[in-house]
Amino acid sequence: MILPGPMREALRTFRRTPLLSALSVASIGFSLFTIGLFALVALNFRHSLRTLAERVEVVAFVLRGTPTETVTAASQDVQAFPEVQEVRYVSEEEALARARSELVEFKEAYRDLETNPLPASLEVRLKPEFRDAIHAQLVAERLRAFPFVDEVRFGRDWVQRLDRLRTLAAVVGLVIGLAFAIVAIVIIGVTIRITVLQRATEISIMRLVGATNRYIREPFLLEGAIKGILGGLLAVVMCWLLFTIFRRSAGEVGSGLVFFGTPELGIGLIFGTLIGLLGSLLSVGRHLRHV
Amino acid sequence: MIRFSHVSKTYPNGVAALRDITFHIPKGQFVFLTGHSGAGKSSILSLILAEQKPSAGDVRVSGFPVGKLSVGQIPKLRRKLGIVFQDFRLLEYRTIEENVGFALEVTGARRESIAGRVMRVLTQVGLASKARVYPKELSGGEQQRVAIARALVNDPPIFIADEPTGNLDERATRGIFQLLQQINGGGTVVVMATHNLALVRDTGYRVLELKAGQIVYDSAQEAEAS
Repeated sequence: MILPGPMREALRTFRRTPLLSALSVASIGFSLFTIGLFALVALNFRHSLRTLAERVEVVAFVLRGTPTETVTAASQDVQAFPEVQEVRYVSEEEALARARSELVEFKEAYRDLETNPLPASLEVRLKPEFRDAIHAQLVAERLRAFPFVDEVRFGRDWVQRLDRLRTLAAVVGLVIGLAFAIVAIVIIGVTIRITVLQRATEISIMRLVGATNRYIREPFLLEGAIKGILGGLLAVVMCWLLFTIFRRSAGEVGSGLVFFGTPELGIGLIFGTLIGLLGSLLSVGRHLRHV
Repeated sequence: MIRFSHVSKTYPNGVAALRDITFHIPKGQFVFLTGHSGAGKSSILSLILAEQKPSAGDVRVSGFPVGKLSVGQIPKLRRKLGIVFQDFRLLEYRTIEENVGFALEVTGARRESIAGRVMRVLTQVGLASKARVYPKELSGGEQQRVAIARALVNDPPIFIADEPTGNLDERATRGIFQLLQQINGGGTVVVMATHNLALVRDTGYRVLELKAGQIVYDSAQEAEAS
């Protein structure tokens, strides 16, 4: 098969210096692996935050004696709030039954009751994007405006803490992720620069016999991109292996863990390729100006 | 073909390598560039190769104004030049054939035409039988012949040789010199920088002698004067 010139040159480098090429692929792989591990932790952290946030709920307790029809009619209005995903009416009887089964400690106390002390309520679940303190508060205020509503609760402190955790996770994730990415770019730049220096004589000869900068640059860029892709694949394999081992040994906790989906893996590979390209562009560019 | 008009070259560290140099090398001439190390031979060659630009004055090589060349034009100038060095500068992991073909490849020559042209120049330098051999398996003289073949394969109108016999013994030196004479016989300008005064003597070719960045002797002007 006849390959185009730059491709042939790039492959020739791999054939000629297998050890150096393997080393650069490995160093790209390991730097992307650290990014990948961090991303995996961030992904799982976000995943569990999302699971936690599912519990964000606004409960409106209904005044005793309010007819069920009034409440169910109102619940349709509540359902129409833009923040609301689901409204559930919990009758007094249902509340008692639930208390009996969930609060085992008070089983005795609830059994001998002559009248039901628990009020009926509307349990309002919010859409995922509105599961924070501000929106919960908004919905709570609107619920309070209904004349039959006695009291509204949404665990303000808990939701606020969740909000802070989310902000913190985003900031820490961004900073550490960025730092890892910079480290990866530097490492990859250095390995490609070693290759360029190793071929300095060749580059100077190419220039003397009249090669254009583009002709010289292309194989290096291609080489960088190939190393980036291979490094990316290596990183994915290492992340997956570590993930599998961890999940197996972590027992029940492990079963809730998630791995990257196809889009994340695609982004990772594209990122690896771009880093490889960028690293070689920077190091070859510098060299072409200096020789 | 090569014209230097009042050319000076001062490096950023303040060293003046060339001072107000003027000379003209017409088509078909063979010129020796002589002088001690540091006299300015390398500076003249690197200006001809457009590795750097003059600090003052005008350098023209095959019509190209070296001082005003853009990055994109430099490769076009270099394709008009054949260049050989004292240290041969061959790619050691490529065969002789590939080393020579490489100079054609970079200029974008058609693949089918490369093999034929490579064999032609290898025959010209007497190495056709060693096309598949690697540089390390050759003697110094043979390696320089390969470098000459590489320089010739583009049919350049100007041939630059920077101390081409500096690393060679007496016999190999004579062989290389004869080859350069042949090349010149075909109408190509040859500029050869050398320390080897024995070689320069009695050839009848033009000699430009440099000292401290100035031309102190030009045999062409001497001949005119007498």
